[in-house]
Amino acid sequence: MKYLDEYRDAETARRYARLIARVVTRPWTIMEVCGGQTHSILRHGLDRLLPGGVTLVHGPGCPVCVTPVGLVDRAVELAGRPGVIFCSFGDMLRVPGTHGDLFSARAAGGDVRVVYAPLDAVTVAEANPGREVVFFAVGFETTAPANAVAVARAAEMGLRNFSLLVAQVLVPPAIEAILASPGNRVQGFLAPGHVCAVTGTAPYEALSARWTVPIVVTGFEPLDILQGAAMCLRQLEQGRAQVENPYARAVRREGNPHALALVSSVFEVVPRAWRGIGEIPGSGLGLRAEYRPFDAVAKFGLAGEAAIEDSACIAGRVLQGVAKPTECPAFGGRCTPDRPLGAPMVSAEGACAAYWHYRRAGAGAAA
Amino acid sequence: MTEPFTPVCPIPINEYPAVQMAHGGGGRLMRSLIEKMFLAAFRNPLLEARHDGAVFPSPGGRLATTTDAFVVRPLFFPGGNIGTLAVDGTVNDLAMCGARPVYLTAAFILEEGLPMETLWRVAVAMGEAARDAGVSIVTGDTKVVERGRGDGIYIATAGVGVVEHTGAIGPGAVRAGDAVILSGDIGRHGMAVLGARESLGFESAIESDCAALWPAVEALLRGGVEVHCLRDLTRGGLASAVAEIAADGRVAIRLAEAAIPAREDVRAACELLGLDPLYVANEGRFAAFVPAVCAPRAVELLRAVPVSAGAVAIGTVGAAPAGRVVLASAIGSERVLDLLSGEQLPRIC
Repeated sequence: MKYLDEYRDAETARRYARLIARVVTRPWTIMEVCGGQTHSILRHGLDRLLPGGVTLVHGPGCPVCVTPVGLVDRAVELAGRPGVIFCSFGDMLRVPGTHGDLFSARAAGGDVRVVYAPLDAVTVAEANPGREVVFFAVGFETTAPANAVAVARAAEMGLRNFSLLVAQVLVPPAIEAILASPGNRVQGFLAPGHVCAVTGTAPYEALSARWTVPIVVTGFEPLDILQGAAMCLRQLEQGRAQVENPYARAVRREGNPHALALVSSVFEVVPRAWRGIGEIPGSGLGLRAEYRPFDAVAKFGLAGEAAIEDSACIAGRVLQGVAKPTECPAFGGRCTPDRPLGAPMVSAEGACAAYWHYRRAGAGAAA
Repeated sequence: MTEPFTPVCPIPINEYPAVQMAHGGGGRLMRSLIEKMFLAAFRNPLLEARHDGAVFPSPGGRLATTTDAFVVRPLFFPGGNIGTLAVDGTVNDLAMCGARPVYLTAAFILEEGLPMETLWRVAVAMGEAARDAGVSIVTGDTKVVERGRGDGIYIATAGVGVVEHTGAIGPGAVRAGDAVILSGDIGRHGMAVLGARESLGFESAIESDCAALWPAVEALLRGGVEVHCLRDLTRGGLASAVAEIAADGRVAIRLAEAAIPAREDVRAACELLGLDPLYVANEGRFAAFVPAVCAPRAVELLRAVPVSAGAVAIGTVGAAPAGRVVLASAIGSERVLDLLSGEQLPRIC
């Protein structure tokens, strides 16, 4: 595949690995923020190409994983209501709430539909004027523009039966929360390339300056990640702390101004709770006052978010990079993708699922 | 013996443009449906006996039987439809037993309101697929369910085949030292069906690989290859099929990612949706486990048959760790291939 195979070349990967080995003189801990990067690392065994002293810890960049249980409960409750068509990205359907997931809501008779784009949910609303269509708006800055378009379009069409259950989150405040936490050991970040394609690099420049921490905007293919790691490690070795952008084929400094304008016309920054982490100020998006009629929480008078998470699950510590999935006592025993306790075991981008698929005991010995 | 099929639906549109409850009621309408639709499309002496079942002489030796049900949505997709799928899916299960498919049965569960034209297109496609595969559809059944209680057409089949080898083909026969042969590129059926679903607005030229596999299996058996196991790569794709065989045969299987062919458009569509082509369904592909020494000959024999012209050796079987499949990735690392938990779900971003 053009533009992909070039970034998966085994020989170039080994060259990068040798380069990194030459650059590194002492132990470093860096975090790849995005779950897509985590999966790429484990799928291709990239961590095993790095020198022993370099630790990659996995960040909170998995939209499914950080959506709080309370919101999943609300989704399951809404999906079970007669007259409601609940639309969601497929990934959210298996995330466990307090009393089951969206799959079980569907099995119990709820009309739960997987859509591939938020506008598809608008089309469903248009085709079903007698029913309420709710779209589960999860995701980071990457999904916000498409969700904003859906709301703007529904408003334009005068649709009164369409609403969003908003679980939209933002990356920079989460990085800041990790840096501010007393247990933090992360010394450099591989910033999520897709998010930066929307937001540009400015928010990360502010973070890097404030915390004196190197941040490298990184893509998702093996060579992207090795290059990002190499640049981040070089900054650490040289005592620099800047934002560098080797993922220039996708990310411009100013981001995507059109998408950003769309997002800020529909959404405003709000505090949001992260599953396993808790509330982070200014870390989410909510609908602006003029779009309140499209807010499912207000529309259906949904109850508060408080929900109890399984105490055996260390998802919060995994999402903050404090613990590895395999350090969880429930990993592979009480918690597997078939019966997940926490969201990171569910999602295609979850760190626990990545370890389960690619790194179970005895699996994938070093090449 | 067979007349050329008319592409025009034999039940006049002004008479019954759509399936009605009475078409499954056992009366005149049902008889008319069976005669004009199924007898016309499947035409063969056993079916034309119009009895409750089909009686046929036993060919002697071992027989294989299988049963299958088909519920695909949409009913028509690039490269096939539910009818071709029903025939090919059933005959392929027989072929995987090393059996030459001979007879099929077909039960149709139709939804009230299904356009007669749609049923006709499916029936014609089934007739053609059956003739191509060298099987006769010898008996069947028709039921109609109320509108809203079905998905247009469901088809349940059974198949009978004649076992044309003396060995034991199955996971239990797989041995350390076997080679894994893949009959062609993977992922086309699943992506064709996904691409045909209206909610997924991308235009795709990917056609299903739906095809009957017996000619490929026959080539192996006739060519004297010692076949240990055969498995068609349907739901769950190559990865699930191989993981099942590793578990059931208590062997370790090692596959080389770089050797596994998938078309560029299939790989690109999978990338876009966050799916792994190794887990995407096929309907005209299988894996064969043969002693390593037979592998070059097996590949050569398979490549001479159109349905398996893209055959390649993709891996090897070892003893330990039993039950595990390891994929050597293109970039030089290894990962485990396991059964999926539920279906593959497209990712969010």
